[in-house]
Amino acid sequence: MSHADDNEGTRRDFLYYATAGAGAVATGAAVWPLVNQMNPSADVQALSSIRVDISGVEPGTQIAVKWLGKPVFIRRRTQAEIDDANAVDVSTLPDPFARNANIEEGSSAIDINRTMVPPEGSEDGAEEWLVMMGVCTHFGCVPLGDGAGEFGGWFCPCHGSHYDTAGRIRKGPAPENLPVPPAVFVDATTIKLG
Amino acid sequence: MGGIPHDSYEPKSGGEKWLYRRLPIVGLAYDTLMLPTPKNLNWMWIWGIVLTFCLALQIITGVVLAMHYTPHVDYAFASVEHIMRNVNGGHFLRYLHQNGASLFFVAVYAHIFRGLYYGSYKSPREITWIIGMLIYLLMMGTAFMGYVLPWGQMSFWGATVITGLFGAIPFIGEAIQTWLLGGPAVDNATLNRFFSLHYLLPFVIAALVAVHIWAFHTTGNNNPTGVEVRRTSKAEAEKDTVPFWPYFVIKDLFGLAVILAVFFAVVGFMPNFLGHPDNYIEANALATPAHIVPEWYFLPFYAILRAFTDEVWAVQFVGFITGGLIDAKFFGVLAMFGSIAVMALAPWLDTSSVRSGRYRPMFKWWFWIFVVNFFVLMWVGAMPAEEPYNTVSLIASTYWFAYFLVILPLLGVIEKPLAQPETIEEDFVSHYPAKTGGAQSAATPAE
Repeated sequence: MSHADDNEGTRRDFLYYATAGAGAVATGAAVWPLVNQMNPSADVQALSSIRVDISGVEPGTQIAVKWLGKPVFIRRRTQAEIDDANAVDVSTLPDPFARNANIEEGSSAIDINRTMVPPEGSEDGAEEWLVMMGVCTHFGCVPLGDGAGEFGGWFCPCHGSHYDTAGRIRKGPAPENLPVPPAVFVDATTIKLG
Repeated sequence: MGGIPHDSYEPKSGGEKWLYRRLPIVGLAYDTLMLPTPKNLNWMWIWGIVLTFCLALQIITGVVLAMHYTPHVDYAFASVEHIMRNVNGGHFLRYLHQNGASLFFVAVYAHIFRGLYYGSYKSPREITWIIGMLIYLLMMGTAFMGYVLPWGQMSFWGATVITGLFGAIPFIGEAIQTWLLGGPAVDNATLNRFFSLHYLLPFVIAALVAVHIWAFHTTGNNNPTGVEVRRTSKAEAEKDTVPFWPYFVIKDLFGLAVILAVFFAVVGFMPNFLGHPDNYIEANALATPAHIVPEWYFLPFYAILRAFTDEVWAVQFVGFITGGLIDAKFFGVLAMFGSIAVMALAPWLDTSSVRSGRYRPMFKWWFWIFVVNFFVLMWVGAMPAEEPYNTVSLIASTYWFAYFLVILPLLGVIEKPLAQPETIEEDFVSHYPAKTGGAQSAATPAE
């Protein structure tokens, strides 16, 4: 076998690898757009932010508004509900974290960490306003409110998760407390979500 | 085709010979239809034809329904009502398609249980079984996406719950869920892609059905005895078999006719019996129906999904050893998909060398408990998530896994099977003694 034959073998190997490599890159480049087109489109992605008029919400009632395709519960709690929520020892909760996007991550799930800071100059009681996603952390159903469930808060009809008056998971398959979305009072009767 | 000796297609006329040299398609059809088929097949062997019919029915009615349907959140619900009220014969086509899905699943469950009882999954038919399981998974995906299209309350919330399953996967779950939905929640993007895939997947199923048939035409059919057709000579093979055409085609078509009589009675007189009234309420993202239930054919797996809550020690144990990575939610998802996976692995989990349950005295009992257990799961899947249903679903789910992972492997070792017939012919003659020839059958009792 001549030296030139050896060289040819090496060249052929190189061409095989180069072709296979180029083929793999080309396949990847062709497949990625087909996969990525299924991700949220630009209009869906555009961070939306809405303002909610809460002037009509009396203590002991709640409203549900749609934000980013999902319901957000805004509840004005009674003193009894607040007392109930504060009476719970946080260390006994299935999920001990506040899950509140407005405060530091990993904060404890005590009631004050779950609720809105009242607007300045308002006569609303502290811890009166509870704003949270109305999406069960189990499989995404909308929990029933107005004192539903064994803990007087919310109850998810799909698989039986019970949330207390601060929206914390107490019983059932859901792993986490109902999350609190980014929310601020822009004035005494308006909450901005997002 | 296959290892069973039989006559092959021979082109006779000039035209046939001309075509045969260029495309042996007539030969393919001939060999497929004239397949030597065990002559002792019982009525549980009609479901293949029923399933083929269902696939054709669903594709044909689906294609025409798509001519009138609009996959958009603002129009989908209205366009289905438009089909029901305005399109000529539209209500009938839609009811055929809607109930056709139910018939499809009745037939597939009967077909699967047939395979489980007579050991049709065992060597050498593992590939047939695996392809069948893939078809079954695709059927479930197709049916699920089809149910979302009318955009009723059950459509929307069913889609929310089921796509939420993917969100339970640690780390990447949320990204996968968003990718599947095309947004933060079930919305127009979701409806559009589900329509596209609902149209595509039946054709993938059709292709897999061809492979399924190809596979069992290669190995030959199983039969109620589980004894193989003799292959040493054509004469012997012909004592065990008859050609598929015309014998089994006519038999299967008779079975299909009886089933279709029932099917059309349902379509005509009680078309919404298997549906859910909440799906005639348009989808509303702000209100979950009081009681979300999937279609009946998903209920057993829905029950398995819900069975494993935080209170179950196995869930707590798995959560502990994985450092919380596998929580109750993810455990339920794994259990649901795992329940299909263990069934797909049946050919390797069943250690018994006897195929047919007919000759397995202990297996019979466990098998029928498995069938009853399946209906128990279906029942608790439709019930609210509360006691006593939670406990029942936990026990029933556990039995499902125990059947495949413990009972099938152990029975092969501890069970003493009954004597099997030497040949299919022997079994056949013992059931249907020859009536011709004047000779009295020795099997006839004296009294």
